[in-house]
Amino acid sequence: MAGKTHGADLSVRNVRKVYTGRGAAVEAIQDLSFDVKAGELVCVVGPSGAGKTTLLRILAGLLGSTSGEVALGGDLVKGPPPGMAVVLQEYGRSLFPWMTVAKNIELPLKEKGVPKAERKRLVQEALDAVSLADAGRSYPWQLSGGMQQRVAIARAVAYEPQVLLMDEPFAAVDAQTRLELEDLVRALWQRLGVTVVFVTHDIDEAVYLGEHVFVLSNRPTILLEKVTIDLGANRDQVATRTHPEFGRLRNHVYELVQHAKKGARSLDEAGLAPAWLPANGETTVRQRELITAQALAAPVVDATADVDDAPVDDAEQAGSAEA
Amino acid sequence: MSASTPAARVLRAAGLGLWKAVLFVLLPAVLVTIWWFASAGSTDPQVPALSVVLEKFSTVWFTEPFSQSLFVKAVVPSVTRLLIGFGIALVLGVVLGVLIGTFRPLRDFLEPALEFFRAIPPPILAPILMLFLGIDHALKIAIIAVGAVWPILLNTIEGVRGIDPVLKDTAQAYRLGPARRLFALTLPGAGPQIFTGARQALSIAMILMVIGEMFAAFDGIGSAIATFQATFATASMWSAVLILGSIGVVLALLFGAVERVVLKWYRGYLRTQRGGA
Repeated sequence: MAGKTHGADLSVRNVRKVYTGRGAAVEAIQDLSFDVKAGELVCVVGPSGAGKTTLLRILAGLLGSTSGEVALGGDLVKGPPPGMAVVLQEYGRSLFPWMTVAKNIELPLKEKGVPKAERKRLVQEALDAVSLADAGRSYPWQLSGGMQQRVAIARAVAYEPQVLLMDEPFAAVDAQTRLELEDLVRALWQRLGVTVVFVTHDIDEAVYLGEHVFVLSNRPTILLEKVTIDLGANRDQVATRTHPEFGRLRNHVYELVQHAKKGARSLDEAGLAPAWLPANGETTVRQRELITAQALAAPVVDATADVDDAPVDDAEQAGSAEA
Repeated sequence: MSASTPAARVLRAAGLGLWKAVLFVLLPAVLVTIWWFASAGSTDPQVPALSVVLEKFSTVWFTEPFSQSLFVKAVVPSVTRLLIGFGIALVLGVVLGVLIGTFRPLRDFLEPALEFFRAIPPPILAPILMLFLGIDHALKIAIIAVGAVWPILLNTIEGVRGIDPVLKDTAQAYRLGPARRLFALTLPGAGPQIFTGARQALSIAMILMVIGEMFAAFDGIGSAIATFQATFATASMWSAVLILGSIGVVLALLFGAVERVVLKWYRGYLRTQRGGA
């Protein structure tokens, strides 16, 4: 893709969602706050019914929160924001069956006001990027499930978004296709520099894909842990998945989700230490670095938060400037 | 089977077309044959021989010059009014249907009234509309439009309401504006249902075309039938019925052709949904 798009920060502050329909009100999300930095790929996992889809719909501006706010690139999300693309689980139902694959990809670009020649180029590049170069003239329903989901991804890619939201996009495709699509998402993410929020119920997938994994509790949903996945920039279906660190993180997230299913609402209640803290004293070099970094981070944060220090610094600087 | 050379494919397609054409005319041909022999030599004036009925085509309908023939004088105004009335019903039904189907409060507000009006048999409206519109073209067109609008309206409402919420989410997430949403999502999404309604409306329109003309007869096929019947010209009356039926067949074929083009995607889509491919 020629113009590398730049991701935008996504910030979620005290989001709460209560469904008030017929019957009793249901509190789906109790209180969620987290940040996704521009260009990060984060995964959201949690037990089924953890309000993952609700959260994604709120992030997408498709659903209003009861309270709290979501900001994309500093702007409050009140409806679907510009520069956002979504890929939904129901690939078969998110593509317009009366349009060819190329028209499906082109439609949002028309709305964006992209000139025709440019649209044509973007569509073809997006199709190339998902290895569907020849499928432009087909109708979505003529393609297999995995190919349809590729089309949905191509549509998102052609849109050149700043943030890409994916709601269990591979839940309904077969296992092999799934692995291919995971690598496709990683590759596109690295190439485009876009911010990606990837919701999944598959723990392995979350750990394999994400730079961070947000683990959610049962509903009413809160954030249990933000797990940093330190598996490097280049992931490989064989090497990464057999790496001990992958296993450790996977097991950690798995255990946490199991406890969350039973109702644990904090790491303490789950009886688990944070993922970055080694369980039994065996630490790798990388982990020791992390631990040191975490330890160092604390006083630094305190210092900047200390109101008294700041004016002194300013005064000294001002003084030296005068002198 | 090595029947995939282009020539073979054309031949097979032609064969299929031929077979379909044979199937299409087979039953009518059988019925006409039965009619022909059963009515041959009939002396009953109410049931004239088919040969006598067919004679009327040249002596009553297609007299020279063609422009002055009864066919032109009766069929042209009838079909014109039918098409105008149907067109009004189509536009009105789709426009109102999209609005009502899109806006939930509007639907809740209008539904009881719609049920009421739909329940009124349209022919009943003829004498009432006559008070306002006289007996001219306007009346006959209005009867057709008022009667034919309901299946289109109600099917459009259902069609719009039934559009997949995932598609609506997609359209919203990609910030499609109202116009693009209408033409890329709402109309094509409701398309199959709109066509179902329009097909029903077309046959209703045919019925109302004749009824309107019988009520206030001065031209048209309905008027011709009423006149033949009143003057005991039974054979001519039967021939008018044949012409009416033929018009129905032609309109249905035209409708089918339009539908095949517009809903081309839908046929393929349905096939894959059923095949589970």
